[in-house]
Formats: sequence, C-alpha cells, structure tokens
Amino acid sequence: MAYPSDRKYTKDHEWVRLSGDTAEVGITDYAQQQLGDVVFVDLPAVGSGVTAGAAFGTIESVKAVSELFAPVTGEIVAVNERLAQAPEEVNTRPHDTWMVKIHLTGAAPDGLLDSAQYEALLT
Amino acid sequence: MSDASGTAKKPAALKPTPLHARHLASGARMVPYAGWDMPVEYSGITAEHLAVRSRAGVFDVSHMGEIEIAGKDALKTVQHLTSNDASRLKMGQAQYSALLTPEGTFVDDILVYRLGPNHFMLVINAANTAKAFDWITTQAKIVGEAAVVDSSPRYALIAVQGPAALDTVQPLTGADLGSVRPYWFTYGEVAQARALISRTGYTGEDGFEIFVPPNTAERVWQALLQTGQAAGVVPCGLGARDTLRLEAAMRLYGQDIDETTTPVEAGLAGIVGWNKPDFVGAERLRAQRAAGPERRLVGLEMSDRGIARHGYAVLKDGAPVGTVTSGTQTPFLKKAIAMAYVPAALATTGAHVEVDVRGRATAATVVPLPFYKRPRGIVAGL
Repeated sequence: MAYPSDRKYTKDHEWVRLSGDTAEVGITDYAQQQLGDVVFVDLPAVGSGVTAGAAFGTIESVKAVSELFAPVTGEIVAVNERLAQAPEEVNTRPHDTWMVKIHLTGAAPDGLLDSAQYEALLT
Repeated sequence: MSDASGTAKKPAALKPTPLHARHLASGARMVPYAGWDMPVEYSGITAEHLAVRSRAGVFDVSHMGEIEIAGKDALKTVQHLTSNDASRLKMGQAQYSALLTPEGTFVDDILVYRLGPNHFMLVINAANTAKAFDWITTQAKIVGEAAVVDSSPRYALIAVQGPAALDTVQPLTGADLGSVRPYWFTYGEVAQARALISRTGYTGEDGFEIFVPPNTAERVWQALLQTGQAAGVVPCGLGARDTLRLEAAMRLYGQDIDETTTPVEAGLAGIVGWNKPDFVGAERLRAQRAAGPERRLVGLEMSDRGIARHGYAVLKDGAPVGTVTSGTQTPFLKKAIAMAYVPAALATTGAHVEVDVRGRATAATVVPLPFYKRPRGIVAGL
C-alpha cells in the first residue's frame, strides 16, 4: 500500500493530517498489519489535553494491547465514534480512519516524517 | 503506536519445526514461542478462528513434546507421576492428566496415550518438555523399572480441527476415522506417512491430531490443505489456537495453571484419580478438596467496555481479590471473556466483580465455563 503524501508520519507508525491548526490522527497500514485484527480502540474524551510523545489511548488486537502516542500537543476536539462499533475499520481502511482530531495548542509539531521518509523507515 | 505488552526480542537460536519452510512460503507471521519460531497467524486470527468453528483449520503443533515411558513398571510409573487414573486406559485410548509437584501444583498438564500394556506416551507443553523430562526421569528411578525417552524429535504434530476435520483427513488414510471416538487413537498411513491419529485437540471442536515422522510433515501438511481446500480449510497459527481454546475454556499452562496452582483450584478435579493409589501431590490435593480451595478459576464476561488480559487484577468493591489468567475479545462469541482466579465466595455464577483494565475498574460477571460448547449431533459422543 502506498503511503499518502497529504500527511506526516511518526516513528511510532501513526499518521497526522494537518489542516490549519487541527490534526487528524490515525495509525498506518504497517501498524495495522503488525497489530493484526483490531477489536477495541480506547480513546480519550473530547476536551482532554494531549502532549506530543505521551500516550493518549490504547488499541487492542485479539492478541495484544498497544498504546497510542500523541504526535502533537493540543486538545482533543473530536473522537471517531464509529470505532466503538467497527474497530475493524482500522484494519480495512487504515489511512481513511482517523481516530481523534487534535486542536494544536503547543509549538508547531516537530520531528514528523513525510511519506518518503516513512517508507524508508519501513525498508 | 508501540507494543505495551512487552513482547520479548527474538532470541538468537529459535528452533524451526519440520514445517518451518512451509510457514515462511505461505507468508505466515512468525513469533518466538517457547524457544520455537512459530506461525502466529496466516490470514488473520479472526478469519482462522471462524474457519475452525464453521469449517476446519490445520495447525502445526510440532513444538509439543513427546515423552515415552516403557518397561515392566511403566504403568506403575505413570500412575505415580500423573494425576489421572492411567489404569483405566485401554490400548488406543488417551486421557487428559497432569504432572504435579509434591505440593499438588502443576508441573504440566498433559495427554497420556496408552500405546501398549507397558508403553505410554505423554504429550507435553513445548515450554515444559525439558523440565518434565528431568522430573519424570528422576521420579521413574524411584518407582521401578521403566525407560523414559524424550521422543519429541521423532514426531511432527499436525492438528486438524473443526466440523470438516473428518472429511479432510479421511480421504488421505485407509484407517476408519469415523470409528475413532474422542480421546481414542488409531494407527494408519496419512498421505503415505506412518501416523498415529488421535481424536483430540485444543479448540473445542471435533478434530484430529496426527503424529508423523518429521521428514513426511510437509507432504502431510500439503495433502491436508489440498483435500480441505474445497471445504474452505485453512492453515491456522498459534493466535487462533489461543482464542479457540479460551472460548472452550481449555487451560493454558503458564497462564491459567502453573506451579502455584492445583487442579482443585483450576476446576480440573475431574482429571484427578481420587480412588487410585497414591501419586505425587495426592496428599495435598485430598486435603485441599476436603477443606475446599480458597480460590477458584472462573469464567468472566465483561459487562462494561474493556478487555481483561493476563495479569490484570480482579477487584471487589475496589480492592484486589484475584487475577485474570487469560482474556480476549473472542472472534466467534464476539464478547470480551476471561478466566480468573477469585476467592471461593465469589466463584458463583452471576457474582459481580470488576477488572482493573489499566487503571479503570471495569465491571464483569462470573459465568459458567466453557464459554463455547460445540453443537453436537444426535449420534452420541461425536
């Protein structure tokens, strides 16, 4: 699967799509392959603050629990409610399935990779 | 995203099973397990799990150990070392049993096969094979005349599990598998390989476990997948094996049972031969049964959103009272289930507890085991 160039990536295998001062966050196709079948996504409530590099939620596959790390600092302004009923969308459409939207409050995000750099990381 | 479950780094020298090349060729995801490089999933745990419940799956379980005990005092040795009553086994029959410490706790849970009047084969968990072999060898010397041999390298082991298992294996053998009852076995050739074919498994479904020489394993594996193809039979990994056995409430050594727990606590009093002569651990088990165990293994179903996992604390009114031993979101029943040790007073169906899911007290209810029982036909026993 090609990694879209309309967004940035983290070394923790998340993607971030910035539009103005709002960031959509999801996990990459590579991440969902590594996790296997996702059965549960635990996300913070709207209004919660998140800090770049800190855990903000968890994602569970049949086998294991993994933490989700915030790629940026800010406030959660939306969570993808569909994932409560259909967590498998993380597997089937990883790059179309955002988990949270974060309103950026801190400094401009830093250390994010573009799609070419992320693909290089995977090889 | 990062793995919070602490998956170990791949150790240097993992053992390959005789089917290792097949797993790599079919693109299985491999993981280290008990010193072996094992397939955890092929098409995905959910898809494989559902295939076994509705059709059938083929599993490489060659990592399991086999220890044979033979000689004049073989029965006496097995009776001394294992919890169940092996004197009740006829030739061609197998039983679920346990090797116990003198304290009555599990050295391992095993299957005992009676190959001959004075010849038994014990099927051992991969992680315990070396430990069990040492234990059995030491104990056997005390009991009498019996040779103990680790024959693990002589066998590849392939499990075919699911409602289509019989139709998958039968075309490959002259042995009449329909007449082999659960927990019995027969000999025959499978895809021209000399095999011990046992009607056993670890999934809660009908099925067979096929012991073959390692150098024939690839042929047998390919033949099974080929005959099963039309029926939608697929290769399965350890991931689905784990979720399947958990739905069927089959205990997993190292999680649900270990050297700190006894068959009485684990709800496995049925594999203790209470009326047979003394065996290792008997005294402690009898005392525990008479007094009643302080804790019991129970089934939990999560009532709140959240998945209980191995090691999570069980709470009652906010205070820790027990531990989750296995838990997952099950692909077939589609709910979060778990097994856990709780105080005997809470080990009743309908009791309300909570599970500490990473800091959040999450409601759960005690439910009867197993979570899943396969639908059975009108013909008794099958």
